[in-house]
Amino acid sequence: MTLTTIHPATPTRSGFSAGEYITCLTGIVWREGLRFLHQRERFVSALVRPLVWLFIFAAGFRQVLGISIIPPYETYILYEVYIAPGLMAMIQLFNGMQSSLSMVYDREMGNMRTLLVSPLPRGYLLFCKLLAGTAVSVLQVYAFLAIAWFWDITPPPMGYLTVLPALILSGLMLGALGMLISSGIKQLENFAGVMNFVIFPMFFASSALYPLWRVEEGSPWLAYLCEANPFTHAVELIRFALYGKLNWVSLAVVGGCTAVFMIGAILAYDPSRGFVRRGPGGEA
Amino acid sequence: MLMKMLCPTRWKRFHWQGDRYGSVRQAMTNDDASAMPASPRLPGEAGLHRRCNPGEGGSAHAVLTETAPLPVKTGERERTVRAARSRIYLTKGRMRELCRRQFARGLRLAAGLLTAALLLAQASPAFAYVAFVSNEKGNTVSVIDTDTWTVTKTIKVGQRPRGIAFTRDGKFVMVAVGDDDTIQVIDAKKMEVVDTLPSGPDPELFAQDAAGKTLYVANENDNTVTVLDLEKRVRIGDVQVGVEPEGMMLSPDGKILICTSETTNMAHFIDTATRKIVANVLVDARPRYAEFKTDGSELWVSAEIGGTVSIIDPAKREVTGKIKFAVPGLRSEAIQPVGISLTKDGKTGFVALGPANRVAVVDGATHEVKKYLLVGQRVWHMEFTPDEKYLLVTNGVSNDVSVIDVAAQKVIKTIQVGELPWGITIAQP
Repeated sequence: MTLTTIHPATPTRSGFSAGEYITCLTGIVWREGLRFLHQRERFVSALVRPLVWLFIFAAGFRQVLGISIIPPYETYILYEVYIAPGLMAMIQLFNGMQSSLSMVYDREMGNMRTLLVSPLPRGYLLFCKLLAGTAVSVLQVYAFLAIAWFWDITPPPMGYLTVLPALILSGLMLGALGMLISSGIKQLENFAGVMNFVIFPMFFASSALYPLWRVEEGSPWLAYLCEANPFTHAVELIRFALYGKLNWVSLAVVGGCTAVFMIGAILAYDPSRGFVRRGPGGEA
Repeated sequence: MLMKMLCPTRWKRFHWQGDRYGSVRQAMTNDDASAMPASPRLPGEAGLHRRCNPGEGGSAHAVLTETAPLPVKTGERERTVRAARSRIYLTKGRMRELCRRQFARGLRLAAGLLTAALLLAQASPAFAYVAFVSNEKGNTVSVIDTDTWTVTKTIKVGQRPRGIAFTRDGKFVMVAVGDDDTIQVIDAKKMEVVDTLPSGPDPELFAQDAAGKTLYVANENDNTVTVLDLEKRVRIGDVQVGVEPEGMMLSPDGKILICTSETTNMAHFIDTATRKIVANVLVDARPRYAEFKTDGSELWVSAEIGGTVSIIDPAKREVTGKIKFAVPGLRSEAIQPVGISLTKDGKTGFVALGPANRVAVVDGATHEVKKYLLVGQRVWHMEFTPDEKYLLVTNGVSNDVSVIDVAAQKVIKTIQVGELPWGITIAQP
């Protein structure tokens, strides 16, 4: 008996309605949101990390790094104010990586199979996952901004609104990067090592902690490296947006990188290429 | 319409769940609405839910369903059935047309709003002032437009310009050029030096009376205060004071002139009628500047080396309190108070802390420091805009002027000026 005799006359569908796409998106975002809310430690640690940098690191380096006026700032700023956008991007970087870490976890635990039975395109599922991760990271950033406000980091009120698109774009870029990396990781244990090779170099070789002119004074080559780092542009995009300005170069770089990483991730997770090495018996 | 464009399926469901035509009609233009009859559920019918399938006419994305109220009169039955049968389908082309119309309407509305905003902006121009900043090392005076916060002109003046002030009529700016031993007069409209006033050697700061007739000049190298008649532009007297006189301030009633002498560490009380010192009040080391509260109840004197501001009771002529400063992470030697400005209501004082690169915000009543505002390097003198909305401070080493929003107590901008900015004066041109 063949399968067709058991399930006859199942019409094939060429496309899906927008409602179906939205249902899928809602489901994935909801699951990610629930997972985030239920892991209180994750929320607290996501907040504590940048706050430690802000309260301790920035206080210690306040006098060492000096003051200067660089765009988008129009007057002298304290070091805390300078690193705030960098810390916002750091939240997103960690979140992007953590979100992709959860993909590895899902794959190991088998949850991903449940997701993959969805008939919707694989690329769309990945995009939903990315959006879900970004939504969580944006929430974390706003929680950080709320606390930072009491630390005299008070961007113009409109800045809280104008930074949102920048946060979404940079969140997508960093999430897509994490996803691309996660596609090549087979086990959770390997993830931590890779993170050390990605998070720390990206964070330190950027304009998150010190302005590029300051890096250039120390080493022009390092400054070139920082400028080529997409994370630098994510930081600058957020920094400018927080003050109601737009950095076109950063926007182009972040937009371009998002597209490249996203396409890379979709290709890497393409079933025809095989994201999980299959054994001879067809088992994962 | 937007809902329909974004999510056709959801849109359909919305109507299937018992919504009436009313809401659809509202969202559409009148002519569209007129084409949609309200009617069609027959008694006993469960409502007409019909989905347009491809090939049935119209498209799957452009379907309308209906669940309307029951017809009351029997005669209407046929009409409503006919109407139900001739159901309206929105074709894709029709939808596009509708979207285009809505878009054009939105554009027109936006353009209208923009025009209105522009007209409003033109109708109420900003109340701009001009600030004149003396650049001690550059031997220039920078003119700042407070509307655009840009330097609009740089005027060449004599050697070492420091003390600077508008005349009471706002037509001229007087600037003490110490190394030329004179006071130059700049025409505020022509923006050029048009005259000079006599003074003693090395004039530094000066004060003028409320009528703008008498000018009192502190001559740093001569230990004297020179009294000038501004109308006749002649010297009419001298008062011997302590060593290196600098700060000059008249009491609100004009009867007492305060002169601080940097080396003697005193605030001299000079009777303007007799031109004699009537009291000397000892303050901390190197007093630089003095400022009265508008009601004359307090006199604040800054001491650069002492790192304090002394509060003096002008009636008793004695120090009643001292304001001390402590900026976290800074050595106490770096805190050198110089310029002082008090709001007209006397509730808030601003003190420039020199190489601490901060302006302290002080409560006028309790004399407690509320906040430190980060500005440029070696902040020196300061001046309110006449509306007291902004406070401009000169930063000597970083060659710029910082703008403080007085109400928000925030530094909003820093403007590059000439070399070593020192004094500042603001008025409406």
